[in-house]
Amino acid sequence: MGLVLLPKVIEVGDEGSFYLGNLDQVAKRAAEYIKSNRVANKMITWGYSYSLWPAYLVTACCGTEMAAASGPRFDLERLGFLSYGNPRQSNLVVIDGTLSIKMAKVVRTVWEQMPEPKWVIAMGACVLDGGIFWNSYNTVLARDVLPVDVYVPGCPPRPEALATSVIMLKEKIKEQQAKYLRRSRKGALNKEGVSSE
Amino acid sequence: MTQEIKTIPFTYEALSQLKMSEGVLELQIGPAHAGSGHMRIVAWVEGDTVVKVDPDIGFVHRGVEKLSEDRIYIKAIPMVERPSLVDTVNANLGYVMALERLLGIEPPPRAQYIRVITAEISRIMSHLYGIAIYGIFMGSSTVFMWAMADREPFIDLLQELTGARITYSHIIPGGVRWDLPKDFAENAEIALKYLENRTKDYEKVWINNPVVVARSMGVGKLSAEGAIRLGVVGPNLRASGVKYDIRKEEPYAAYEEFDFEVPTFKEGDSYSRLLQRVEEIKQSIHIIRQALKRLPDGKIIYEDYYKRMSPLMKKIYDEKGRVKFTLMLTSLSPPKGEAVSRVEGGRGEMFYYLVSDGGKAPYRFRVVTPSFRNLPFFTHVMPGHKLADIPVIYGSIDYFPPEADR
Amino acid sequence: MSSEQLEKLSGLLGGTAKVAYNERSNLIRIEVERGELRNVAVQLRDYGFDHCSSVTVVDYPKEDLMEVVWHLSSYSRSEVSRYTIGLVTSVSRSKPEVASLTDVWESALFLERETHEMFGVNFVGHPDLRPLLLPEELMGTWPLRKDYQLKKKREDVFKKGGASL
Repeated sequence: MGLVLLPKVIEVGDEGSFYLGNLDQVAKRAAEYIKSNRVANKMITWGYSYSLWPAYLVTACCGTEMAAASGPRFDLERLGFLSYGNPRQSNLVVIDGTLSIKMAKVVRTVWEQMPEPKWVIAMGACVLDGGIFWNSYNTVLARDVLPVDVYVPGCPPRPEALATSVIMLKEKIKEQQAKYLRRSRKGALNKEGVSSE
Repeated sequence: MTQEIKTIPFTYEALSQLKMSEGVLELQIGPAHAGSGHMRIVAWVEGDTVVKVDPDIGFVHRGVEKLSEDRIYIKAIPMVERPSLVDTVNANLGYVMALERLLGIEPPPRAQYIRVITAEISRIMSHLYGIAIYGIFMGSSTVFMWAMADREPFIDLLQELTGARITYSHIIPGGVRWDLPKDFAENAEIALKYLENRTKDYEKVWINNPVVVARSMGVGKLSAEGAIRLGVVGPNLRASGVKYDIRKEEPYAAYEEFDFEVPTFKEGDSYSRLLQRVEEIKQSIHIIRQALKRLPDGKIIYEDYYKRMSPLMKKIYDEKGRVKFTLMLTSLSPPKGEAVSRVEGGRGEMFYYLVSDGGKAPYRFRVVTPSFRNLPFFTHVMPGHKLADIPVIYGSIDYFPPEADR
Repeated sequence: MSSEQLEKLSGLLGGTAKVAYNERSNLIRIEVERGELRNVAVQLRDYGFDHCSSVTVVDYPKEDLMEVVWHLSSYSRSEVSRYTIGLVTSVSRSKPEVASLTDVWESALFLERETHEMFGVNFVGHPDLRPLLLPEELMGTWPLRKDYQLKKKREDVFKKGGASL
């Protein structure tokens, strides 16, 4: 096992000197190896899907239904959903409501500040295809600004719909991780040791 | 600490002079922040004292006034409800009142009583939301959870009546759309009694809490002359000592037949604004009880519109108490003219101005919401306080950015 | 409002102001010329109308004019607190300029700022006419005027189906 892990990083150069190779590539290959282990993959999936922490960003009127969903009747915290103040330590963006031009710039900046891996839930009819304000001079669609993972229709959607969308996102994360595991085992890693997808 | 009302010059020369003086730091409390809502508060601080505040709004501006010129009259009802999302019935009522004044019709008495009942329930929900946001801005999640939970019985009441959680579109020109179900009066009594018992819990935990008293007493003071000069509206105005409520000054929709009081406080600081909202909830409970006792019988839609319904629609009305949209309602064209209406919402006075030129869409529709008129609190009241007082003042005036931006 | 009260009010304001009363909305409409605007405003404020509810513009491109409307109500005088006054003056569309009334009613500060960025009317004497609601890209396009067109990508669908607007 150990011999398979260490790629040909030790080469004998001229006059017997050692060439240790690129440490960055070594670290990447080590991480890929750990993540393609079946047990570790399951633990990482469990960690991602049960701690989806959104950044504090309220976009428009669907925010009241998200606040009601964090209330005691439709408790979203039991699914691991806790709003956190620092975008650099959160991994979810919930776009609730219409995106105006000013707000789209802010959302894009917050998105770029978050580290990988990260996901987006888009809530409401206004981000699907315009909603009732579809031909306004100041609105933008969400898919022109960010890559969206789950859409929740409604105007505003019920808090149970938001809870269902969080569960759907967990299924999507599990599928993504299982696909990664299959491809790495099949040897879809290319020469440099990085997965080809 | 006492705060005089002074007009701060907004010229660019004054701005650049502020920047050059030493020790003045510009802070941007932006939209991605736990204590700012959907707006950006730009504050200049010197040490710990706030020198100048400039609100940067417009993050939720969708252009309701321009869009309504492109759609028929009845389609403006959901567009007017969505901005003031916590208090939708009063917004709906104001627009429909202006439209009825243009058309020259009056709804029957039973419809007026149902309008009053739903409007007062909406006012209770709006005040509870204000208390929740005030709590979470001060850092207490207990009051946030309690107030959000106490809104749910009233949401269930209106969900049984209309089918939706918060955006009902219940009031249409000529009357209302659904009649009260048979057990509405008993369920309403259960919900009201529950809320009356809960106010004792709130008093023990939140209103008599020494932390709340220390942080909010004496903070954000506004005198009566200052309130009249700056043009603030709603509970903020009444907590400063001015006794002005549109339900008493220009009564609309059967409010003349109920007897209720308009509470006021003298001090005008954040603590009295909190107490003002609790007192208004008690008055709303009193009005709902009177209305349920004396509910008149009759139709819930204007007589002329009822006569023009098809036989199938009349059958649905007689069996289920539900008004379906006739061709008359979807092709309204009022005569040429203008109309103005004012409603007392949960946060203050909502103003509607409608100009018609005889077509199917409005020629000009103007709406001014109460949050937009509470904006001078940022520029004139906040300077002089400490930095930690900004969320306290913001939460106490109950400013809701989607409503201000429309 | 009774006709004696109306006559007293119009006598107070001088000869050139036209006063009309709309009974359904309790609206008193007062039309003045641009030069007399400030005097009439001060008279109304001293009479008891001390709150400015709304500032707006109604655009008539066919007659080539814009009407600027201030809506006023009263907080302190109880016998007139049920009425709303609409103070109207006309400006030309090519050069829209009118005197600002922020020194008469300070509650008109943010309202005039919003009207300026939506219509392009210049309020002479306002301390701060920066954009309030619109982003920087839309500043200068005056969105609420009648000749600004909205996006209409679904126009064909509406026309085919037969439903209007």
